[in-house]
Amino acid sequence: MTIGLGHYLVLSAVLFCIGLYGALTKRNAVIILMCIELMLNAVNISLVAFSSYIVPLLLTGHVFAIFVMVVAAAEVAVGLAIILAIFRGLADIDTNNINLMKW
Amino acid sequence: MGLAVTFWIMAVVGVVAALGVVFIRNVFRAALALILCFITVAGLYVTLSADFLAAVQILVYVGAISVLIILAVMMTREVQRGSPANKLGIPAAIVAAVLLGILVYTVTNTPWNIAAEAPLTPTTVPLATQLFSETGFILPVEIGAVLLLAAILGAIVITREK
Repeated sequence: MTIGLGHYLVLSAVLFCIGLYGALTKRNAVIILMCIELMLNAVNISLVAFSSYIVPLLLTGHVFAIFVMVVAAAEVAVGLAIILAIFRGLADIDTNNINLMKW
Repeated sequence: MGLAVTFWIMAVVGVVAALGVVFIRNVFRAALALILCFITVAGLYVTLSADFLAAVQILVYVGAISVLIILAVMMTREVQRGSPANKLGIPAAIVAAVLLGILVYTVTNTPWNIAAEAPLTPTTVPLATQLFSETGFILPVEIGAVLLLAAILGAIVITREK
């Protein structure tokens, strides 16, 4: 059977939901960031698939995927910096114990 | 035929690696599974004839972001007690499963407007024209550069010793 747009979109949805489950359930802050990267990658797959199958001559999905990568790089740099700063202050990165600002 | 085989290999390995990220107890091994998942995504870009994006995926994700993540895993080595789950396990699984069901239902039941043309190859030159031309995306590219600079400065300021 030939591979179509639906295959890529279903794969993207599966990866996104795995990342969502991990981001909601994990307590280690680094693992949560890794799951967010997984979700961003899943979205990128669907953007590129849409671009190749629906507007193959415009490449707008590719451009959007590049901007998603830029924002993901900025996000992971600042996020890991925050995790390291929290680790230096609290000696812990368990999200259940980082509750200084919890009301 | 070769395209279909490549897609299925990349899809199966990618989903297994993603499950590994979530379910492997050792944080470092989870990071390695994440790198494998990034590589399979690059392979999927190749099957979608997005050659430039596949190269960028390898350089940025496999090269740079995974090194950052492994650095963070190493720096927080003392607190690694695996990657325990919190109390939200069952509700989160239900939310993820329901969202997956909705997404798959919508995707399989939407009549997509598949274009007749074959996708452009190679994509590097048309992509550069799109990004840097007057009528293209030059303003978002400049804003992206400023965003990256701000992120680098912010990361330095946040982690700097007093």
